[in-house]
Amino acid sequence: MTPKLSTTEIATLIILALASVAILAVPKFAGLSLQLDLSIIFVYAILALSMGFMWGQVGMLSFGQTVFFGIGGYSYAIFALNTGDTTTAMLLAILLPMLVAALLGYFIIYGGINDIYFAVITMVATIALEKAVRATSDPRIKIGDVRLQGQNGIAALPDLKVPWNPSETLFVTEVYYLIFIAMLLVTAAYALLLRARVGRVLVGIRENEQRIALLGYDPRRYKLLIFVISGGVAGLAGGLYAVWGNFVAPEMMNLNASASVVINVLVGGKASLLGPLVGTGIVQSLTSWLGSAGVGQVNVVLGLILIAAVQVFPQGVVPMVSAICRWGLGHLVRLAQPSRRASATGGKQ
Amino acid sequence: MKFSRRNFMKAASGALAYASAPSILATAGIAQEKPIVIGNILDQTGGLNIYSLQQIKTTAMAVDEINAAGGVVGRPLELVFYDSQSNNQLNAQYMTEALVRDEAVVVHGGVTSSAREVMRPIVSKFGGLYFYNSMYEGGVCDPRHVCPAMVPSQQLKPLVPHVVQNMGKRAYVLGADYLYPHTMGEWIKRYTEEAGGEVIQTEFFPLDVSNFASAITRIQAEKPDVVWSVLVGNAHNAFYRQYEATVGKDTIPLASCMFGIGREQTYLSADESAGIVNATSFHDGLETEAARVFLKNFRAYTGDESYVGDYGELGYRGVKLWALAAEKAGDPSADAVIEALPGTSFDAPGGKVTIDGQTNHAVMDIHLIRANREQGWDHLGTTEQLEPVDTQAVCSLGS
Amino acid sequence: MYDAIIFLYQILFSISLFILISTGLAVIFGMMKVINLAQGEFIMLGAYFALLGEVIGLPFILSVVLAMVGVGLFGVLVERLLIRFLYGRLTDTLLATWGLSLLMIGAVTTFLGPQVAGVSVETGRIAVGEVYSISVYNLYIILVAFAALASCWALWRYTTFGMIARAVMANPGMTSALGVDCHRYYMLTFGIGSAISGLAGAMLAPIVGTQPTMGGLYVAQAFVSVITGGELPFLGTLLAGGLFGTTNGVLSYAYSQVIGEIGVFLIAIVLLRFLPHGMTSQKGRS
Repeated sequence: MTPKLSTTEIATLIILALASVAILAVPKFAGLSLQLDLSIIFVYAILALSMGFMWGQVGMLSFGQTVFFGIGGYSYAIFALNTGDTTTAMLLAILLPMLVAALLGYFIIYGGINDIYFAVITMVATIALEKAVRATSDPRIKIGDVRLQGQNGIAALPDLKVPWNPSETLFVTEVYYLIFIAMLLVTAAYALLLRARVGRVLVGIRENEQRIALLGYDPRRYKLLIFVISGGVAGLAGGLYAVWGNFVAPEMMNLNASASVVINVLVGGKASLLGPLVGTGIVQSLTSWLGSAGVGQVNVVLGLILIAAVQVFPQGVVPMVSAICRWGLGHLVRLAQPSRRASATGGKQ
Repeated sequence: MKFSRRNFMKAASGALAYASAPSILATAGIAQEKPIVIGNILDQTGGLNIYSLQQIKTTAMAVDEINAAGGVVGRPLELVFYDSQSNNQLNAQYMTEALVRDEAVVVHGGVTSSAREVMRPIVSKFGGLYFYNSMYEGGVCDPRHVCPAMVPSQQLKPLVPHVVQNMGKRAYVLGADYLYPHTMGEWIKRYTEEAGGEVIQTEFFPLDVSNFASAITRIQAEKPDVVWSVLVGNAHNAFYRQYEATVGKDTIPLASCMFGIGREQTYLSADESAGIVNATSFHDGLETEAARVFLKNFRAYTGDESYVGDYGELGYRGVKLWALAAEKAGDPSADAVIEALPGTSFDAPGGKVTIDGQTNHAVMDIHLIRANREQGWDHLGTTEQLEPVDTQAVCSLGS
Repeated sequence: MYDAIIFLYQILFSISLFILISTGLAVIFGMMKVINLAQGEFIMLGAYFALLGEVIGLPFILSVVLAMVGVGLFGVLVERLLIRFLYGRLTDTLLATWGLSLLMIGAVTTFLGPQVAGVSVETGRIAVGEVYSISVYNLYIILVAFAALASCWALWRYTTFGMIARAVMANPGMTSALGVDCHRYYMLTFGIGSAISGLAGAMLAPIVGTQPTMGGLYVAQAFVSVITGGELPFLGTLLAGGLFGTTNGVLSYAYSQVIGEIGVFLIAIVLLRFLPHGMTSQKGRS
């Protein structure tokens, strides 16, 4: 937690930079379908990050992060279809979920709800909203001119328009860049937040909420703040999802969707910001690859992988890989400079 | 229920099961030609797979038959299968993969309207051709979309008057809470009133409801002459059991436009299913030569003895219609086939099916059926060559 | 008069469904703090055991016993192979049991097929007045749900096994220092919780059928009941099941099924807001 960058942070930055170069180069040599596959992974990565940050850094397990994802997606869909203005629609996709997060967050955080109860109440929120949206199949139920269509969801959403030139819309490759850059910006914003004073208070809350309170900070204010921010980020992911596939549907908010956010974070590891991103990449690409690989029941394979993951890398993939790297690096350094052992292994936080 | 090892081997071998054997291509003399790729996106996994599994097999069987008979325009077909896992997001991804990466000239598949609506814009974007081999609420008007299955007016036109005449005038309608049953509910109301009856109540249930106790109580209080079920999916099957256990079809009979579509009659007891009437474009009890040959070939091809039903036959019908149009066009590319589709006609196992050029939907025979005590259907009659009038009312592609 | 009877019956039936699907989880989560996301699939497995019983020709009551034994043993196996490495790692149990849930759905679909199958029990119906009738089987469900909950409570409250098991869950270090083989108690507790879930599945099979994905219908409701129930798992499940069942029963009778379901979830949120540790929280303890 020093203002100087730690080795882990430097490593993260290097990995991110290398990955970014590779990812930005993808459209040069790969087809549209790969770009689409990667775009949706980035969308889920943003969602996973919004959940993983709260969980890993602050200790708040939001099992229903998809409630904001869904509200974001529907905000974009309804506003864009009604007005044709996709820029404002995207802003609403961030702001409305923040508003809902503020209300819900005030209700539960100031109510002193913690731990597993926090998880369950957020889960209940997402399921309740999903059920409510699914109950809007009656063709007479409309917001503006847009029929909500319940279970069926809303399809044929307008493509995102260039804000300063609304006659031009973004095609697959531009959407790919947009989503990727959004993911980078969100990651960077969370990293900066973590390094700011607020971030240190948040981590302090995770470590010992009572002590933070005794130091004169009101933990509830900080928790509400991060809940609202993460709600906005999840909403952004929802808006981008709507742009990606030109559809939204209640299944964005169901139990499966909310559980898979948690799974993505757990597989990657919640301790770092890289974890949710990597975890999402692994789980999502496995799911879509298995579906066309002819393995029969995809669930069997996915289930076995999850079970194995818990036993083999309980902290997630990222911490394990970085531990291996550090171990390897330590050996290399030791071979080169046998006398300076102690400092070479000192990279641990 | 059978615990069949053979079924398991089929399922476990996955995509391999859907490629034609090299020997078939060699015999037909087309092994050297460049294959034409056709995509099939269906739910092998997840809650929707009860509607998909037979269709996955019949699609493969149709491709095999076409290859054995010399392919299309002298080239073999290659079927690429994608398991959308009952997840619309995967439908979007696989549709793009099929059209862009795998260069499929046509993609068959999709079960739900939401899956179709997710895929249709992608088909337009990349100039492909899409066969939606599934019953739905009707009304899609899109030159790149073909639906060879029943739409509400076709199914209900012969069914509702039969119900009003033989079961009673006061109807109580229960439906699943999404677009299709809502539309069906409106058509049931309209045709019931035209036949001199009335719908006294319509009620919709989320797809995951499996406790119908309160609905059944309300039905008892209202005392209708007949109860309509437009209930869909696994959870809703519970209704038929609970209805028989509480009210009974001997007290108030049941009509349904969905019962049997997911092969419900094969896993309910004789008491629970016998007597329910429905209408369909194919059922296994059809006493025609075409139906018998189709079922015999299906059993030989898959080793599967279970009920095939409408959704099974639809996959077969879709591929055959496409192949006939492509042969007629002399060119399998999407735009050429779209040109050739209107008027293309196929003697399907369920009867003659012709593509209506005005809507890209189909003219077909509708069979009135009643569930019997042997997990099958009694054939009550056939109405020949019904037009998709509801979709024709809102769509004219040809002009 | 008959309206009132039917109304009461609806509410009672609704309550017993909540209790039936939650009691197994009350044991596994309430006692052991294992977040078993495969709870729904344990219920599904129970339903399939009941089906197996029917296929091999057992009378229904023996099929139910078969389901309890079968799922109970399966639970013991799961505990030995998977869960025992994860005690104290609350969220890892979540990931592992989610994996288990997917695996079970996939395996059952692969081996037994995706289609719904049914278990038929002919119990008849009884008329209530001129208009209404009630399925006798539903009355059995009410009976079995309350009996299952009561026996679990009695087992943990009054037997030596229950006393030691509670001690193990409260303080494993101390209890094992006293010479108790804690692993055995973990294993048995998990097994009993699983058996109760199996019982629930077997009882539900005749009214909802069996299907690989049926578990998804129950897991959220079960968790909400057990967690809003609070620290005393059995009393909590009774209270939560009573509240939610009544809410659901009244709202679905008066309005519609959807309103009934959403009502339950809203009540759960409000309840947790004012009783953040559930309905049976013991104030002052942290």
